[in-house]
Amino acid sequence: MATTYVEAIRQGIWEEMERDPDVFVIGEDIGVYGGAFKVTAGMLEHFGERRVVDTPLCESGVVGAAIGAGFQGLRPVAEMQFADFISCAFDQIVNYAAKCRYRWNAPVPIVIRAPSGGGIHGGPFHSQNPEAWFTRVPGLKVMTPATAYDAKGLIKSAIRDNDPCLFFEHKGLYRRIKEDLPEGEYTVPIGRARIFREGRDLTIATYGAMVYVAQEAAETLEREGVSVEIVDLRTLLPVDEETVLESVRKTSRVIVLHEDTVTGGFGAEIAARIAERAFEYLDAPVVRIGSPDCPVPFSPPLEDAFLPNAQKVLERARQLCAY
Amino acid sequence: MAAIESLALPGACRKLEEVPAPNARLARKFYEYMFLMREVEDRIERKLYRQGKILGGVYVGRGQEAIPVGAGMAAAAGDMLFPSHRDMGLFFIRGVTPGQIFAQYMGRVGGLTRGRDANMHMGDLQLKIIAIISSIGAGVPVSAGSALAQKYRGSKDITWCFFGDGATSRGDWHEGLNFASVQRVPLVLVCNNNMYAYSTPLEKQMACANVADRAPGYGMPAEIVDGNDVFAVYRAAQRAAAHARAGCGPYLIECKTFRMTGHSAHDAGDYVPKHLWDEWAAKDPLEGLRRTMLENGWASEEEIEEDRARLLAEIDAAVKWAEQCPYPDPSELLDGVYEKPRGE
Repeated sequence: MATTYVEAIRQGIWEEMERDPDVFVIGEDIGVYGGAFKVTAGMLEHFGERRVVDTPLCESGVVGAAIGAGFQGLRPVAEMQFADFISCAFDQIVNYAAKCRYRWNAPVPIVIRAPSGGGIHGGPFHSQNPEAWFTRVPGLKVMTPATAYDAKGLIKSAIRDNDPCLFFEHKGLYRRIKEDLPEGEYTVPIGRARIFREGRDLTIATYGAMVYVAQEAAETLEREGVSVEIVDLRTLLPVDEETVLESVRKTSRVIVLHEDTVTGGFGAEIAARIAERAFEYLDAPVVRIGSPDCPVPFSPPLEDAFLPNAQKVLERARQLCAY
Repeated sequence: MAAIESLALPGACRKLEEVPAPNARLARKFYEYMFLMREVEDRIERKLYRQGKILGGVYVGRGQEAIPVGAGMAAAAGDMLFPSHRDMGLFFIRGVTPGQIFAQYMGRVGGLTRGRDANMHMGDLQLKIIAIISSIGAGVPVSAGSALAQKYRGSKDITWCFFGDGATSRGDWHEGLNFASVQRVPLVLVCNNNMYAYSTPLEKQMACANVADRAPGYGMPAEIVDGNDVFAVYRAAQRAAAHARAGCGPYLIECKTFRMTGHSAHDAGDYVPKHLWDEWAAKDPLEGLRRTMLENGWASEEEIEEDRARLLAEIDAAVKWAEQCPYPDPSELLDGVYEKPRGE
């Protein structure tokens, strides 16, 4: 039976809680209610109040408590109800969690889950992609899975990791993406990209929900005689630079695509690394595609105009191929 | 000063036994740790800093030594401590040496952070002592999480969180107290209310009279003690610890004290009215303890002098040791940002 992206995350956490009594979940409305997106549904009934901690409305408090429990050797999985509210916990994440190991050799083995992304008419405070706020914080690890397989494998790796991990799960994928998952236990390594689609003429380096936008554009381009390779980064920090560079060396044309706004987005980092390390392989300038520099608007025509889609990618891809 | 107790507390948590009276042995230990803190900090602030041997910020707890020492001596060995930047005494109680502290301030590898961080920003998980970060108050929800983990494991250990009056203006402080109370975790909150946050006096910091006045809003018991009386702090800390260990939830102690220095070594504290320096100098906690020891016959003048001489010699040796400690090697700059991958 095919497993949805949201169910894959739930399964991953569930399996880790079964495997390790030190793993627990903590967040707002995650117990009786099962979480705003039902990622923790059924956990309270199965694991009890001790391991499913419903908190007051306090993102900084939740992350702080997770750090403190981590100091005691527990492995908390904290939920931000929406990634947009992670800003309330910014100091705890970037100043507390990220720096402890470096400063005084204290591991902070926590996971912070953050449902991110637009396309659900959530407006400016329920749609953002704040991953780039964190990809420039040494000490953190940042994951952005696109598939159910990766979502499950990466959440399990994150829970077992001894450094603070931010897990951005795209809300638009929760129930849209389904696939058959392996029967047995598996994990996906942190820090490794994968080739989502093989191609020869053009690389699209992307992550999260934009993998499917790239895929849709690639299918059209295929019919136009352009073979597109899609690199799904999967983890942004540490980033798997080599897989991107290898693809670029092969195709010589590259689009860096993300749903986050363009300026200072993670795509800028990818573009810079390509320019530094694979410049001589390029037949055309690196193209960045993201949302325009604007808050995420609510009204459907505005949000449609805001978000990258296959049509926008196609237009830029055709220009790039004609360069 | 209002003594405050929450109506939400279960009956069993209202009747905690009086704690045993202090004795000569305990008083001598108090004196040792308070004297060490005073002298090590004096050496740092008034000698090594001015000699250019310490760069960066220097924050001391002069006049507040009774708080970390009184509370720290009430803590059990397994308890987790979250010191503020004016609680050096806690480190001595946990076995950190003056040499390690001098090396920490000088940025040498012998310090607790091996040169990665400065001054009181130090900790050691093995010793169950957590390093502060500069965003004051950020440690409060973290300490609540530590206490949550102790409850999770069914441990009898508790967590102690130390902070100043300034921290109580931060949102994190309030989130931490609320979380701790709702979850009824074993947490003792120790406030050193020294009347100034950097240059900001209390009346610009809060509109209520006492930090303790904030506790009832969180359904948390609180008490106010003379923070310059180590016995008063110790007794309050024992009551608080008994409360937390009994599963009755968090407990706030507000220690009234005064910061007998500027905010840091580069701040002369000119904004403090002179009469406050004079009033509080007369309430010096170390001198008060010495008087009490003599009055009770817990130590003679000679014994106290012997202790002082021994500790001063230890401090001299510690400075020498720290000055000979190497600086960290720049080749190690990137070590420890992440855990080393297995096999490396």
